[in-house]
Amino acid sequence: MREKSETLKGIAVELCMSLGVVLAFTTAVLLLAKAPPLQGYRYLLEGSLGSWTKIAQVLTVWVPLTLCACGLQYTFRIGLWNIGVEGQVFMGAMGATAALRWGVGSEFPLLWLVLSALAGALSGGVWALLAGLLKSKGGVNEIFGGLGLNFVAQSISLWLIFGPWKRPGIASMSGTEPFPPELWLPSLEGWRVSPHALLFTVAVILGTGRLLQSTRIGLALKAVGGNVRAAPLFGLHAGRWMLLAMVLGGGLAGLAGTFQVTGVYHRLIPSISSQYGYLALLVVMLANYRLLWIPFIAFFFAALNVGSIQLPMMLQVDSSLSGVIQGALVLATLLVHGWREKAAERRDAETARRAGGERHA
Amino acid sequence: MHELNFIVLLAGVVAGAAPLVFAVLGETLTEKAGVINLSLDGTLLLSAMVAFAVTFETGSLLLGFGAAALTGAAVAAVVGVAGIFLGQSQLAVGFVLTLMCRDLAYFLGNPFARLHGPQVLPLPVPFLNELPVLGPILFHQNLLVYLNFLLIGLVWFYMYGTRWGLELRAVGEHPQAAYARGINVRRLQMLYVLAGGALVGVAGAAFSLCTKPGWGRPQGAEGMGWIALAIVIFGGWHPVKVACGAYLFAWLQMMGISFQNQWPSIPAQVFQVAPFPLMIFVLLLMHFSQKRAVEQWAEKHPWSLPLIRFFHGTAPASLGQPARKRLGS
Repeated sequence: MREKSETLKGIAVELCMSLGVVLAFTTAVLLLAKAPPLQGYRYLLEGSLGSWTKIAQVLTVWVPLTLCACGLQYTFRIGLWNIGVEGQVFMGAMGATAALRWGVGSEFPLLWLVLSALAGALSGGVWALLAGLLKSKGGVNEIFGGLGLNFVAQSISLWLIFGPWKRPGIASMSGTEPFPPELWLPSLEGWRVSPHALLFTVAVILGTGRLLQSTRIGLALKAVGGNVRAAPLFGLHAGRWMLLAMVLGGGLAGLAGTFQVTGVYHRLIPSISSQYGYLALLVVMLANYRLLWIPFIAFFFAALNVGSIQLPMMLQVDSSLSGVIQGALVLATLLVHGWREKAAERRDAETARRAGGERHA
Repeated sequence: MHELNFIVLLAGVVAGAAPLVFAVLGETLTEKAGVINLSLDGTLLLSAMVAFAVTFETGSLLLGFGAAALTGAAVAAVVGVAGIFLGQSQLAVGFVLTLMCRDLAYFLGNPFARLHGPQVLPLPVPFLNELPVLGPILFHQNLLVYLNFLLIGLVWFYMYGTRWGLELRAVGEHPQAAYARGINVRRLQMLYVLAGGALVGVAGAAFSLCTKPGWGRPQGAEGMGWIALAIVIFGGWHPVKVACGAYLFAWLQMMGISFQNQWPSIPAQVFQVAPFPLMIFVLLLMHFSQKRAVEQWAEKHPWSLPLIRFFHGTAPASLGQPARKRLGS
């Protein structure tokens, strides 16, 4: 999206300016809440990277965030605002839970784990397809369609937790009955994060890069995204490619939901997605829609999320500080970039005018 | 007895829609000028928090509303500067602000959670409130509701009855042409972004000081911003129709509460999301009502024409497009 001015120096300057703005803003917000800023930052850092357990926790957040962000690569490439990731994560989690409920007591738990991943990806993909169909056939803007479906998916999961899938005895916000340990995604000794999920996520990053960079699919997505009206001239059916992009993105979001169930909570809970679907949109924006940056930014955002968990206990402030910092970061980047672009444009115009003047003289 | 219930219900609808009417009218002004302020959901919460905090500290409702309006305008200013002057995507900036303002509201509003503060009190209009039926529905309300009525008429007259309104619409429909006619497009757009944002801020204050008094996490106004954005589309960017949409929505919300009483086993959250599938359904209906086949069918069935026409409504032609053409700079 911004090819021209992207030199290394330019990026560094913009990054420093944005970080400065965010630091000033966050400090002001902390002061306004009567919390000592330096201590706040220290807790954020210690709470996220202070020990191996904490880092493992950050990686647990990194997995769904990165998966969703990779999925968004497909939809943004074709020019769609897939705001429905959140709902797709929910549907994935529900699909996986449904599959695992069948598999309780089975002799082949591994088979059921694989099946649950397939069910999760499928559910997320179908939910995204629905938003895509609403857009292409029903003329419903994907922002409103996706958002509406988010709320619907969330309420379906609530209904399941309190209705058909409720715990024996009493239904509660703590979720469904936990699965037996053989249906958990195995994790390393002492680490809560599953190495399978980590490896899979890395594979998804590489696969997405390859698919978008050097296959016909990637080229078609880019072509349709670049100019919807010109696409038919090249024999590209824009609507179908949009649906494909949605399904791919939704499938990855569904897998993120699956890992939340099989690898993290081992049951379905009302806040299974932890708003990672929305956060992934910010990750992609801050990465300037580039895959290369996504894993790093996702890690940073995950660290902020994990680091802010202990803020209510230590400083008696709300844990939503992480969201404030993340939002401020994206906003500052957009503003600084826009401002520098404008300044460059003005400089170019100035030079052009001067050159023109010399020619006349 | 039955009639009385009906009157109580309608009075509840008019009161419940008060914040939404401010919000949808504000967003209509903004979008009519060609700018989408997607940040409504966050702006509402942030201004609701600011309104409650300021009123709680100062004891003045007026200061609370003023601070909320300033907050709304300030958030809108970010959308305006980034979208109009810096050529960034209005959707991207608006979406980030949605999330950030919500978190900011939760963070800064933490000390004010679950406190009891001043509220807007009912203020019946003398004489008028004694009218049969209409009296209790329309004139036994608070000042915000009367401001609603006033504002609906005012915005409608401003848009379609004044020269300024004509300029506003021109800027949203065809900025280049407006520019050629000597209108400072960017300044005008910025003006309506600020005005619309201020109205959204007032809507936030109406939530925390009147309709859903108090502050907390969650406050109860979550999701309302998205509803407001959808209502603007539903109302076809026409102030009166948009306000009708807000009242319709408030009515549906009341129905949801009574449904909930009928099926107590279903969790309340399920009913709270009912507006969203409905919103999708209405948008679908709008799309299909504009199809050629439906119009032909309607011509043969004259009774359906008003209904079909109601669902017609076209977006301002240059809505959401960055003014890249160096307008007025």
